[in-house]
Amino acid sequence: MKADPSGVLTGTHNLSGNQACAEGALSAGCRFLGVYPIAPALEVSERFLQRAKKASATFIQMEDEISALAAVIGASWTGKKSMTVTSGPGLSLMMEHLGLGIMLETPCVIVDVQRVGPGLGLPSQPSQADMMQARWGSHGDYELIALAPSSSQEMFDFTIKAFNFSERFRIPVAIMSDQYLAHLQEDVVIPHAEDIRLEPRRYFDGPKDSYLPFKRDEDMIPPMVDIGQGYKFHVTGLTHDDRGYPIMDEECQELNVHPLVKKIRDYTDEIIEVQEANTEDADVVIVSYGATSRAAFKAMEQARGLGLKVGSLKLVTVWPFPEERVAELADKVKAFVVPEMNLGQVVLEVERCSYGKANVFFIAHGEKGVENTDDILRAINQAVQVDNIKDGIIKFR
Amino acid sequence: MQTPKTNQQKKIQVDSSSMDRIHPMENVLRMDRIPHIWCPGCGIGLAVTAFAAALEKAEIDLSKIVIVSGIGCTGRVAGYVKLDSFHTTHGRAIAFATGIKVANPDMKVVVFSGDGDLIAIGGNHFIHAARRNIDMLVVCVNNFIYAMTGGQVAPTTPLTAYATTCPFGCVEPPFNIPYLADSSGAVYVARWTTLHVRRLTNAFVEALNKKGFSVVEAISPCAQYYSRINRLGDGLDMMRYYHDNAEIRNGEDTKNLDIDFQGKIIVGKFIDRERPSYTDRYNEWLSKVKGGENEPG
Repeated sequence: MKADPSGVLTGTHNLSGNQACAEGALSAGCRFLGVYPIAPALEVSERFLQRAKKASATFIQMEDEISALAAVIGASWTGKKSMTVTSGPGLSLMMEHLGLGIMLETPCVIVDVQRVGPGLGLPSQPSQADMMQARWGSHGDYELIALAPSSSQEMFDFTIKAFNFSERFRIPVAIMSDQYLAHLQEDVVIPHAEDIRLEPRRYFDGPKDSYLPFKRDEDMIPPMVDIGQGYKFHVTGLTHDDRGYPIMDEECQELNVHPLVKKIRDYTDEIIEVQEANTEDADVVIVSYGATSRAAFKAMEQARGLGLKVGSLKLVTVWPFPEERVAELADKVKAFVVPEMNLGQVVLEVERCSYGKANVFFIAHGEKGVENTDDILRAINQAVQVDNIKDGIIKFR
Repeated sequence: MQTPKTNQQKKIQVDSSSMDRIHPMENVLRMDRIPHIWCPGCGIGLAVTAFAAALEKAEIDLSKIVIVSGIGCTGRVAGYVKLDSFHTTHGRAIAFATGIKVANPDMKVVVFSGDGDLIAIGGNHFIHAARRNIDMLVVCVNNFIYAMTGGQVAPTTPLTAYATTCPFGCVEPPFNIPYLADSSGAVYVARWTTLHVRRLTNAFVEALNKKGFSVVEAISPCAQYYSRINRLGDGLDMMRYYHDNAEIRNGEDTKNLDIDFQGKIIVGKFIDRERPSYTDRYNEWLSKVKGGENEPG
């Protein structure tokens, strides 16, 4: 399926990450944005609104983030691709409806422009400390897809990718941006509408009285219908059967919830994307994602210049985590260096997936500036010197 | 309470074709989910009956109406009516429904939920949807208590009434729901008890045809929790209380609608006015925006 030209601003534009996100959403066919204002995510809504008329898109500013995501899920069931955008404190409030979106298997996109926490933290500084909240913050068992862009261009591209994943797997998809990317001005190339590939929503087209909202196709994804098409369907956030009726027993819990997890875990090959550089001969691999990967890549090049065998593994999809690839690399490399703008989150996954076969050095990155490579280089130097496994595992700086 | 009943419900196969008579509201109810979970003496079924009758009377196209419920006893209503229907999170039904209405203004949107759901945890969404004048009907079944969870004090529990979490009598003044709706900007506000089935039905008909944020409060007996802890007898006794103490005062100032414990209940239609809805204003705004010319480079 090709993009609707009314939402595509073809050409090269100098955009902030937030603006690029709004353009990506409109290009992907997003026609409903429900938000609550929060720094540093504001420009996404502002840009979206500037372009709303031409693209026939609808916007509403709700009374809080709880209602913003609730409205987005409701809007998605009308057949409109829908999105919300927020930052840490707002993401905390959205956890309830992240769970509802997963349970109702509703395609939607949640953009989290991360700022420093906890509590109110530093609203105007970047952070990557919501990574685990996105993955585990809502109660109950679930899987979701989270993408981590690292430039304005990737904000645009990954927003389209996020909508495609959400329609493909009927799931909320998170875009984990941060304040640095939000306000970074870079050139973004927006292709022609016919060159943008979009995943169409899978619709049920059987008789009106035979629609079962959670009856899965062979690939585990149930087709949808829109509100108002006459199917008179019911869905509930309670544990439910194929009809969407609540059934309060363990058997149904298994039938209902296990596939929510399985429909992602069984398709990790299709979902997971990493970008690798110089990993073939590397002794040390820097694992990074989002804005931090800009510094990571620079540090790798500087280390190579010093004659050190350093590679880079950049995570495009942080969730689901590329377990297999990290495990393969752990067999070959001496150590991983993991810079993050937090006090240790995704590094725990790297450590888990290296099964004790490689050292894992953590760096709380970004205090001297996101693009500063000093602390990463220091960790690389340390990593190449340490021979004993376990000597280097997770240290704060 | 919930688990065994629902299990039982699953095992009973209701085969309507084998029955002598078809249920008169079969076209609006999900007969494959009957029997419902509500207790004997509960008034929610009456509110649903009135609603179903109103759908017919108002000649609503049943494929162009969507119903959203929150959590609680009344939260289950969405699951029993044969419409596009959503059983959502606690208190957020109005927010969910707002998304539906704004994204597809052609739909008629109904929120059917309880007092705790709409007025306590959902209170913020209630007042803001009223302020924006989102075109929807909100049915608030008020049974003065959190019943699904076993009888805790609600924001509507009358002063001095008992609940499990106010064992010495309620010390918090309750919300006057019509006053709250009125002052927040609702265009249609009515209150009836589930004894007033005919008037309740008419209120639903009027509200369904009304453009804007409409609130119908349906005061309902909770014969299991509210009634038992307060020693008010069974459902029928509570209906008798409504019969003896409800006073119809259409057009009454909503300030005067407080409900004291076992006191007088003023019912009627209090507000019926016109205000542009959110969608009207949004479209007006859109029509003023110069198409494409404001496009950023």
